[in-house]
Amino acid sequence: MSSFKAKFNVEWPGFTLDVDLNLPERGVTALFGHSGSGKTTLLRCIAGLERAKQGYLSFKGEVWQDETTWLPTHQRPLGYVFQDASLFSHLSVLGNLHYGLKRTSGIRNPALDQAVELLGIGHLLDRKPDHLSGGERQRVGIARALAVAPRILLMDEPLAALDLKRKQEVLPYLERLHDELDIPVLYVSHSPDEVARLADHIVVMDGGKVVTHGPLVETMARLDLPIRLGQDAGVVLDAVVAERDETWHLARIEFAGGSLWTRDHHLAVGHRVRVRIHASDVSLATQPQEHSSILNLLSGVVDAVSDDEHLGLALVRVRVGESNLIARLTKRSVTTLAIVPGLPIWVQVKSVALME
Amino acid sequence: MMLSDGDLQAIWLTLRLAGIVTLILLLIGTPIAWWLARTRAWWKAPVGAVVALPLVLPPSVLGFYLLLAMGPNGPVGAFTQSLGFGTLPFTFWGLVVASVFYSLPFMVQPLQTAFEAVGDRPLEVAATLRASPIDAFFTVAVPLALPGFLSASILTFAHTVGEFGVVLMIGGNIPGQTRVASVQIYDHVEALEYMHAHQLAAVMLVFSFVVLLALYVWRHSPKKGA
Repeated sequence: MSSFKAKFNVEWPGFTLDVDLNLPERGVTALFGHSGSGKTTLLRCIAGLERAKQGYLSFKGEVWQDETTWLPTHQRPLGYVFQDASLFSHLSVLGNLHYGLKRTSGIRNPALDQAVELLGIGHLLDRKPDHLSGGERQRVGIARALAVAPRILLMDEPLAALDLKRKQEVLPYLERLHDELDIPVLYVSHSPDEVARLADHIVVMDGGKVVTHGPLVETMARLDLPIRLGQDAGVVLDAVVAERDETWHLARIEFAGGSLWTRDHHLAVGHRVRVRIHASDVSLATQPQEHSSILNLLSGVVDAVSDDEHLGLALVRVRVGESNLIARLTKRSVTTLAIVPGLPIWVQVKSVALME
Repeated sequence: MMLSDGDLQAIWLTLRLAGIVTLILLLIGTPIAWWLARTRAWWKAPVGAVVALPLVLPPSVLGFYLLLAMGPNGPVGAFTQSLGFGTLPFTFWGLVVASVFYSLPFMVQPLQTAFEAVGDRPLEVAATLRASPIDAFFTVAVPLALPGFLSASILTFAHTVGEFGVVLMIGGNIPGQTRVASVQIYDHVEALEYMHAHQLAAVMLVFSFVVLLALYVWRHSPKKGA
């Protein structure tokens, strides 16, 4: 099966990392968890920046670590993006890009040109890192990691050090990476939003352990996610733009199980999109509501009911066709409407966040 | 103002000594500073203390021990004699060896501070960009610590120029061999040649001031990279 295996057991005072994972060999895998969950430590162990005494790591048939082997970081065919970009301040942008390139045998400018183009930094090459904005620095940091033509890209919260505006500047480039890169990416993040936008798979970590992992859409729809997302609870759906209503500036997107109206983002019909539906934007009714401001009414079947963080609240998963939605209700409503698994139900979706 | 031939000879000897000592200390002090900056071994503290000893030890104490060690009956002396070099005290090279010990902290401490300021991160970045540790040292750590190298070299050079006690203990007072500027001034004063002493002392004063001024101006200039 998977030949990307990571198994580490490291103990530090007050913290233990204990993981045993088969990681996907393609797509973006998010290592997701709160700070202190061990996600960055896991990434550093994979990169060889941290040395786990007990561990096993193999990537596409090459053993990077076992009882007798330990490949130092500079011999691992990876690219690494640090949280704060960490550009070499004594080199220009081009010098930074060339640093790794010069040390990579057999590969030349294609990887660099592609990286420069992909991250839109062609006009910055002569600058010194001091003269770049935070977002530009991070784009250069990503391009520098890609210029060595890595076989896997490791990213440690590349957006965490940026303010909201800079995040918005860099995110589209990360989405391009997602679409155009054919190497696996491990993406450490504590932001459900970033994960929903970028990831195909998710590894949820807590207290140094993996609590669950799997394909993003399935995993996000689990009610028993052992780490609480609070306001961020909700599902992710993959969909396609099916119709645009020019009069009302709306677009209809189709997912496996139904369709939803959303604000028109000027995306062509047929464009693949990913949407996120927060549990708090979903309400349930036993009868179709006719005089409602809510456009999106779907019919489904209650699948599971579970406690939420607050004693007064519950999360209800509803099966709509082949997809799942999660609704956050008060327990009073759950009891009043007699919501139990198997009950046919109407689902109202107030808002849909489009993530392209 | 006219300096005598003896004065000029003493100045030239002093500059040669300081230059050679600075070069040797760049080679010896850099690995020591690098190790001190990066190790977590328990003996980091004792090693750091030994390196700092010459800062507080009277030069005569340091000179005394070095004299014993390098003398005909000392371990270093036995070694140099076995190699056929004779003994080091009262030679220029004896002075070089003594000055290397004497000026060691002036090289190691600024370098250690500079390496510590560079931190782990740039070296980790270099490793992820395929640079081996040695490669990363020369292409990342050294360029980033360059201001530290400059300060350390200037301080070492200037401190060696200013040494006196160790020279008297190890080198004595041999013209062209061990009679450096500070000793030459001492001789002038002993001989009541105050005029000559004044001239040479003024040269030393101006030199020291200019060196330190240059260092401070450069340190506080806004654009210095690190």
